[in-house]
Amino acid sequence: MERLTFDLAATPLRELNTFLHKDARDGAARHVTVLNPDGAHNIAVGLDCPVEVEIVGHAGYYAGGMNKAATITIAGSAGTGVAENMMSGKVHVKGFASNGAGASAQGGLLVIDGDAGLRCGISLKGGDIVVGGSVGSFSAFMAQAGRMVICGDAGDALGDSLYEAVLYVKGSVKSLGADAQFEPMSEADIATVASLLDQAGLDHDPKAFKRIASKRSLYHWNADADQEY
Amino acid sequence: MESKPVHFKNISREESYGYDRKTLDYIRNAAAHGLYEIRGMGAKRKLPNFDDLVFLGASMSRYPLEGYREKCLTKTVLGTRFAKKPIELEIPITIAGMSFGSLSANVKEALGRAASEVGTSTTTGDGGMTPEERLSSRTLIYQCLPSRYGFNPDDVRKADAIEVVIGQGAKPGGGGMLLGQKVSPRVAGMRTLPEGIDQRSACRHPDWTGPDDLAIKIQELREITDWEKPIYVKVGATRTFNDVKLAVHSGADVVVVDGMQGGTAATQTCFIEHIGIPTLAAVRQAVNALEDLDMKGKVQLIVSGGVRTGADVAKALAMGADAVAIGQGVLVALGCNGETYFQNGGHHDATADYNAIGTAPGYCHHCHTGKCPVGITTQDAILEQRLSPEVGARHLRNYLKTLNMELTTIARACGKQNVHHLEPEDLVALTIEAAAMAGVPLAGTSWIPGKGF
Repeated sequence: MERLTFDLAATPLRELNTFLHKDARDGAARHVTVLNPDGAHNIAVGLDCPVEVEIVGHAGYYAGGMNKAATITIAGSAGTGVAENMMSGKVHVKGFASNGAGASAQGGLLVIDGDAGLRCGISLKGGDIVVGGSVGSFSAFMAQAGRMVICGDAGDALGDSLYEAVLYVKGSVKSLGADAQFEPMSEADIATVASLLDQAGLDHDPKAFKRIASKRSLYHWNADADQEY
Repeated sequence: MESKPVHFKNISREESYGYDRKTLDYIRNAAAHGLYEIRGMGAKRKLPNFDDLVFLGASMSRYPLEGYREKCLTKTVLGTRFAKKPIELEIPITIAGMSFGSLSANVKEALGRAASEVGTSTTTGDGGMTPEERLSSRTLIYQCLPSRYGFNPDDVRKADAIEVVIGQGAKPGGGGMLLGQKVSPRVAGMRTLPEGIDQRSACRHPDWTGPDDLAIKIQELREITDWEKPIYVKVGATRTFNDVKLAVHSGADVVVVDGMQGGTAATQTCFIEHIGIPTLAAVRQAVNALEDLDMKGKVQLIVSGGVRTGADVAKALAMGADAVAIGQGVLVALGCNGETYFQNGGHHDATADYNAIGTAPGYCHHCHTGKCPVGITTQDAILEQRLSPEVGARHLRNYLKTLNMELTTIARACGKQNVHHLEPEDLVALTIEAAAMAGVPLAGTSWIPGKGF
C-alpha cells in the first residue's frame, strides 16, 4: 500500500505510532497522512524507516522526536521539542515552532518556515536547523556540533557556551551568549548556507548571513572566567 | 621573687573549632587558585545514616525463621504500573548509573558481568551506552540525562528500562564536569565533543522545563518503545516529598531517590557537602509521598546514596524501598581505594601511584583526574588495564552476594520469608535525629519525634 490516512479524531495516537514503528517499517505504506492532529503530543516519534508522514494541522510536543530516516511534514505549527534528538531524515514545520525545537538533534534537517521559540537548537549535536523566521533567546545554548541558519533575528544570548556548532544569522542578534563570537564568512560558509537554504526551499542571499562560532575560551577551566564559566 | 613562667601548652596547640585545619586549607586554596574544589567520591563528614537504625529481631512477640535453613525470597519486580515488560530481578540490589567516561570500558563490562551473574540490573550513565555493557548486562537501564550525551533511539530500543535523570544525590541542581584529561578520543566521540576539553554536563533537560513537560516527555519515551519498557525517574534528594509526588504525577513507573551520601566522579565539594538531604531522611519523605498518593506498591521506589552493606539494604527495604541502587560501594568492591591492584596474575602495590597524586589508599577522591591508581575511574590506556573485567566481575559478584546474604539473614531474624515483608515496625533509632528523619521510634521508647508519645 503506497498511501494511508490516519484520522486522529477517530484513531488513537498509539495506533498510528504502532503502524509507523512496525508496518511502515515493513513497507506497508510509503506515505502516511495524519488528519486532525489537533495539537496532540508525540505524533510520529521514534520513526526508524524512510516513510513520509504528512501531519495536516498543528502538532503538540515532540512531533517527529528522535526521528531516523523519515520525512515528516507538519502543515501547521509545532509544540515544544519538535524533532528533538533527531538522528537523520527531515522534519519540516510549515508554521511556527515552540521552545526547544531540534533540541540535541544528532543528524538530519529541521526546517521551520516561521519563527521558533526559546532555546531552538539547544544542545545540538550534529543536526542542521534552518529557521525561516526568528529564534528566541538562548538558542543554540551549549550546541556541540551541527549548523543553524536563522533567516530572521535572534534573541538574547545566542550561542551561549557553544562548542563546535556554527550559527548563521541574517537579521539582528539581540546579544551573544558567553564564549560566542562573530566571525568572517568564508567561501565554505557561504556554500554551506546556500546548500541548507536550498534544502529548506528558502530564497535568501547566502552572503547576507553572519557567522557565529565559539571563542573556545571556556574549553578549559579558568578562574578568571568567573560567572561566564 | 620572680614568678615561674607559665606555659600555655594546651592553648597554644589547640585547634580553632570554626577555623580548623580543614577550613584553613580551604581558605588558602581558594586564595591561591580562585577556583572551587572539584573532586570525586561522596561527603567527607558524618551524616545521619542507616547505622543510626537497628532492627528489632524476633523474640517473643515475633517468630524468627531459621537463618541457615528456611527460604527467604528476594525476587524483585520493578515497573509494574504501565510497562508491558516490567523488570524482574533476582535480588533487590541494583547497580546505579555511572558513566563510561567517568569509568573505564573494562569497569563497565565488569559491572554488566557481575550484575548478570547475580540476576540484577546495571545502568548506563552520562555519555551513552557502550556495546560492552549492553552485551554483558542481562538487564540494562538506559539513562536519559540532561546532557543527552550519546543518547539515541537505537539504544533506547536496546534498553530494558529508561531512567530519566533529573538530579543526582551528590549534586542536586548541578550538572557534571568531566575534566579534559578524561575526555579520550572514544569518550569525545561518544559525546560529540572535541578531545581533551573540559566537558560540562547540563543541569537541566534541554527540551522540557518542569513536571508538566516531563509527563509529555515520558509519554514520548513510552510511544517510542511501544509502552514496553518501564520509565524510571531519578531525583537527587532535596524536597523529596514534593519531587516524588511530581514524578508519580508525571507518570513514572519507578522513582529513584538518591540521597546526599551518593558518590560522584567529579563535582564541586560545596555541592557534595552542602546540597541535598541524607538518604535516611529522603526515604521517609519518598515513602510518605507514595502513601499519600495511595501509590505505594504501584510505583516502585529505589533508594540510593550511601548504601554499603546488607544491613543498609535491609533498612532501606524496611523503611519502604522496593530496591536499592549502589554506586560508590560497587567501585570499592572493584578495588577503589585499595592498596593493590591485580594484573598479570599477581598483586601490585599502588601506594606510590596514590602518593604521586597527593593521596593515599583509603583516602583517594581523585576520580576527576583520571589518574586512578587501581584503574577504575580512568581513561588512561595503561591504568585501565589494572582492572580486568573478569577479576572485577568476580569481586563485585562476591560483594553483591554477600549483601544479599546479609539482607536475607536479617529478614529471617525479623521473621520474614520475603525481604519485601520487612517493615518500619522492625526498626528503631539510636538517636533522636535519626528517629525524626526515619520516622521510627527512638530505641526503647515508642516516641517518634514530631509524632508525639
